[in-house]
Amino acid sequence: MKLTQTDVWRGLAILVVFFVLAWLPVVPGADGWLSIVVPITMYTVLATSWAIFSGPTHYVSLATAAFFGVGSYTLALGLESVPYPLLLLMAAVLGGVMAALVGWATLRLSGVYFVIFTLGLAELIRQVFTWYQNNMGGSRGSYVFTEFTDKHIYWQLLALALLVYLVGWLINRSRLGFAIRIIGGDESVAKHSGINVAWSKIVLFMVSGSVAAVVGAILAPRFVYIEPAMAFNPQLSFMVVIMALLGGTQRLWGPLMGAIPFALVWEFIAANFPAQTTLLMGVAFLLVVFYIPNGISGVLIRWYHQLRAKPGVSHE
Amino acid sequence: MQILITGIFLGGVYAIIAVGLSLQYGVSRIMNLAVGEMLVAGAFAAFWFSTAQSLNPYLSLLVVIPVAFCANWLIYRYLLLPLVRRAKTRGQLEVDSILVTFGLSFTLVGIFLWAFGGQFFNYSFLSVPVEIFDARYGQNRVLAFAIAFVVCAALWIWLNHTRSGLSMRAISVDTRAASLVAIDVEKSSNFAFALGGAIAATGGMVLSTFLTFDASIGIVFTLKALVIVIMGGVGDIRGAIVAALVLGITETIVARLIDPGLTLAAAYVLFLLILLFRPQGLFGRAQT
Amino acid sequence: MSSSVLLEVRKVVKRFGGLVAINGVSFDVHEHEVLGLIGPNGSGKTTMMNLISGALPATDGYIAMDDKLLTDLPTRKIARAGIARTFQLVKVIPSMTVLENVMAGAVFGHKKLWGQALAVYAERQLERVGLFGISHKPTADLTYIDQKRVELARALASDPKVILLDEWLAGLNPTELQTGIELIRSLRDDGRTVILVEHVMDAIRSLCDRCVVMSTGNIIAQGTPADVLADPQVIEAYLGEDYE
Repeated sequence: MKLTQTDVWRGLAILVVFFVLAWLPVVPGADGWLSIVVPITMYTVLATSWAIFSGPTHYVSLATAAFFGVGSYTLALGLESVPYPLLLLMAAVLGGVMAALVGWATLRLSGVYFVIFTLGLAELIRQVFTWYQNNMGGSRGSYVFTEFTDKHIYWQLLALALLVYLVGWLINRSRLGFAIRIIGGDESVAKHSGINVAWSKIVLFMVSGSVAAVVGAILAPRFVYIEPAMAFNPQLSFMVVIMALLGGTQRLWGPLMGAIPFALVWEFIAANFPAQTTLLMGVAFLLVVFYIPNGISGVLIRWYHQLRAKPGVSHE
Repeated sequence: MQILITGIFLGGVYAIIAVGLSLQYGVSRIMNLAVGEMLVAGAFAAFWFSTAQSLNPYLSLLVVIPVAFCANWLIYRYLLLPLVRRAKTRGQLEVDSILVTFGLSFTLVGIFLWAFGGQFFNYSFLSVPVEIFDARYGQNRVLAFAIAFVVCAALWIWLNHTRSGLSMRAISVDTRAASLVAIDVEKSSNFAFALGGAIAATGGMVLSTFLTFDASIGIVFTLKALVIVIMGGVGDIRGAIVAALVLGITETIVARLIDPGLTLAAAYVLFLLILLFRPQGLFGRAQT
Repeated sequence: MSSSVLLEVRKVVKRFGGLVAINGVSFDVHEHEVLGLIGPNGSGKTTMMNLISGALPATDGYIAMDDKLLTDLPTRKIARAGIARTFQLVKVIPSMTVLENVMAGAVFGHKKLWGQALAVYAERQLERVGLFGISHKPTADLTYIDQKRVELARALASDPKVILLDEWLAGLNPTELQTGIELIRSLRDDGRTVILVEHVMDAIRSLCDRCVVMSTGNIIAQGTPADVLADPQVIEAYLGEDYE
């Protein structure tokens, strides 16, 4: 695997950006708006990892909340007995295993089966969890006491974001990334080219599931008190889908373009029209599918090509 | 025995919703994830008739059926048909229709919340017991089952013994071939979608006579209806009815013997078994 | 002409529900030959191709290559064993560039290239099928005929032992047809085995070493193109009983 000069410069530029972003919490008065920066970073990570799988394969996953919840509970239940970094690793493994199981059962079939299965997954786990906690004694919720503040959570999310971009970039230039693009284009061509279609899809879904579980674990201290209805909140899955679609899933940086504006707008809506959130979310879905099917990044790429195609504009 | 009969009664009502969805998916090729909201709309109409107007809730069907039919006709014509036309591939349409019907589902839930608020609704109708095989059942449930039977039978007869029903079945087998034999596919799909929506709303109305509901419960029924449709085999009305009864009985058994909080989990286990062993549905032929 | 047997098709049956598409068909494909699979529409030719390439599972019987049983192998393993194909209705990935489409054939299958070597190799396959200077165009912009060429280049890119061409020559004009025939002949000269489903009689006569004629799921004749096309049973199958 060779790096071109552009790759190196781009990589350095991204590192610089992350380095600058890492200083955000140190800015005086940052505590106030960190409470909005944290969810934006969280949604960016979730939407990007969602798009790594759902973008090329066109399988709409609604399982984010399920992975997130499993991650949160891994942390909450293990905090007393297991060192923190190990818990993050456990969350990643659990998320990956869960994704592998779900993928094995559904990804051989058409997208409809997958959507339906993931749609209820969070609810299913919540029901089983609640039942287990009710019947095996103990309270439904758990307290998560750590010394972490928003600042620490933000740094962890930022590091995870960097990791997700790195993994996404590596996948894109690997055989697996090429295979998944062929699968998304025409599954029968993929099979006749010798690609193990089911395996490729499952691996990508595992990546996506692991990341969501780790995000859940990182965010758990922020809740302080965790109960199933909160950890497995299905709205999270939908938010992630809409952000990724709004940003566009063709490029790795696409979901970022969706997560930032949507999270900001959503914050405003939730504060001013708390009763209408569901309605507005529905309308947002409809608008995106009808008017920006390729997302903001799709629009930007089209503009860029139009600009370059214009006569008189220099090409370099 | 009592569990079995209760389960069959419940399954009958599920069957109404599932055949509605099956019609929409089989003929119109739209996996309608907003079908549960049609059901909730029917339930609210019945609630309003029964409490605000002190009328028999079944009278609301006179309004629910035509209104739901028109609303679904419009939804297909103006929201979904553009997607059908724009989609280059079946997969593209699948993704788009899933997203749009999700959007629609949220929008409708939002409207219900706005109009009725977030509390639970129920009203009392015919909650007098009737005795069957030495056990007591609510008359409302018995009547609901009877309605379900009538709806499913009528649909069955229409699809299998009339000319327009035949063209519906033709479309569900092969859209392109159907258009070659001079079936107006767009018009028929639109009709099937509208009818499916009206049937689902009827199911909601019937369900409301014995079940407490709220504005956001639709998604639960969407899920159950989807599981039933897939279990029964896509576009297969007979399969959907059998699958609905299987789900109704399974849920009742789980609720009575284990925990009422696990009914969805029960539906899921069924779904998983189907996915693993018979993805083509109970009566479906192996995929070719 | 005939050398050793490469592909063995034995008593293969394919049923779709109640419909029998292939009714116990057996034939051999020899190494380095061009075999024509011909017959009227609906006789089961394309289904036969789908069974060989593993796009469909056979209901009964078996297909073997070099003593390796292909039946029941997943499609990808059949591809990796060295069987490549084109489709009756061309299947390329419109969102990818021409070069990427061709590269798809040489990464995961019989041939496993990557990086610079892959690009160069894929470029060579494009030149082979007569496509120059369009490697970085989106495949969607190509004409149908050029898309068919891309598809053949993709099949060639896997360096297959057996290549299945499903009506690849259909729709070509006379000049293109001549080039196409030359191209397919050159594949045999490379040492590949070609099975083609074709309706263009000129191509069958000048190209095929042997023909297998199918009608309603059965084989009704086998032999040289001249022999089978003179067979009264074959003529009847093609023209229909009305002309008797």
